[in-house]
Amino acid sequence: MVVPFFDVDNDPGSNFTSLLRKVGLDPFAVASFGDSQQVLAPHATTVLAVRYLNGVIMAGDRRATMGNRISNREMEKVVPADRHSGVAISGTAGVAMDMIKIFQLQLEHFEKLDGRPISLEGKANQLSQLVRANLAGAMQGLGVIPIFAGYDLLRNTGRLWDFDITGGRYEEREFVATGSGGGPASTVLKVGFRPNMSADDAVDLACRALLEAADVDSATGGPDVLRSIYPVVATISVDGWERRDDADLARRFEALVLEQRQRQDGMSS
Amino acid sequence: MNQPFYVAPEQLMKDRADYARKGIARGRALVAVQYVDGILLVSENTSNTLRKISEIYDRIGFAGVGKYNEFDQLRRFGVRNADVRGYQYSRDDVEARSLANEYAQILGQTFTHDVKPYEVEILLVEVGTDQNSDQLFHIMYDGTLMDERGLSVLGGDAEAIGGRLRETWLPGDVLDVAVRKCVAALAGPDRTLQADGLEVAILSRSIERRCFKRFDDQEIDAFLS
Repeated sequence: MVVPFFDVDNDPGSNFTSLLRKVGLDPFAVASFGDSQQVLAPHATTVLAVRYLNGVIMAGDRRATMGNRISNREMEKVVPADRHSGVAISGTAGVAMDMIKIFQLQLEHFEKLDGRPISLEGKANQLSQLVRANLAGAMQGLGVIPIFAGYDLLRNTGRLWDFDITGGRYEEREFVATGSGGGPASTVLKVGFRPNMSADDAVDLACRALLEAADVDSATGGPDVLRSIYPVVATISVDGWERRDDADLARRFEALVLEQRQRQDGMSS
Repeated sequence: MNQPFYVAPEQLMKDRADYARKGIARGRALVAVQYVDGILLVSENTSNTLRKISEIYDRIGFAGVGKYNEFDQLRRFGVRNADVRGYQYSRDDVEARSLANEYAQILGQTFTHDVKPYEVEILLVEVGTDQNSDQLFHIMYDGTLMDERGLSVLGGDAEAIGGRLRETWLPGDVLDVAVRKCVAALAGPDRTLQADGLEVAILSRSIERRCFKRFDDQEIDAFLS
């Protein structure tokens, strides 16, 4: 595909999706399969975000399922959107991955064309438009529900948003969890949340939420000690996106498992 | 029926070239050189918002001299082209060479067929994995495409500036030395240039993924002092 030299009244501006549509590459064009058809495709599950003292923490398990089969054990559903924000997805994996790719490109595209990044609120708004654009897909069971979080450099605080399938965008004050294990994860976050937690405490809380979600929800993967696969956990502060390494997470999950074992030992004795 | 006056094609092309050259010579010059860790671009520019140097893609930078609205239009074309290509294929499939060819086509086409040629000269640089694979494509107002080695000078007074720079510049220079040499070459013997009148950016091999970095006045001051 060749990008033409746009004249003034046909120019797509700084928007990457409009540009894609102009050159005939609409990423959300979905062929209709009829009303009753549902497509079976891999699904991604529990992701969450929680605020802490210096910003926000995002986390997600690594499992993708197709029906009752595990289709992938190493999927990364929590990724940086740009330096100061991240996006986490639950729902149809293929569509979600493309949505993330377009979202990342959109932020970079705007930044390059306009010479400055979009505001954090503007980024959340962009993402909600992408979710909305996929509504036709969602009606056929190919829905995607993201979480967006980041550090707002204008307001000097961490902020987070969740979305509904129609592109509805809701800013949350403290935490949010979504996906099939979102229920139990939310409960853990709700009980454990304290305002202005340290990064350490907040990472622990996120790990605990994922562990409990995996305990209840078969579509959510727990820490996979056998293959050394751990959830993705990242902090976003004024210094930007920083992913926690597996060694750090392994230690935290070990402590959590030990705590549960002690509790059970206490009950049986 | 009115017959247009006959103008010899040589005369027509010469008039257009003169017109474009005059427009370009009015603007201030820009230099690009290899330094030890990548490619350095320095330009005289008093504006802090209307840039001459900018990022196209991960390893590709753009610089233009002449009429701002014209080279900015070309820059936007480059960003769009690169981003769509990267989306459709892979980030590794975006390269300066093919984009430079497209620019040459556009400028050449406009030069011969449109009422007015572009009054711009542009430079497309790509930082490679080592100095041998760095690329500097210099594209003229008429679509002439030059693959330059080591350094490139665009805009008014290019020959004098290039001459001064070739006397001092070395490909193994570290960043601050290279900046000082470029600024001295741009300024010439009778002037000194201050940070607020300069635009300085690099494409650095040691930055991950997006190699482009622009320096603010404070950082430029530190290079010059």
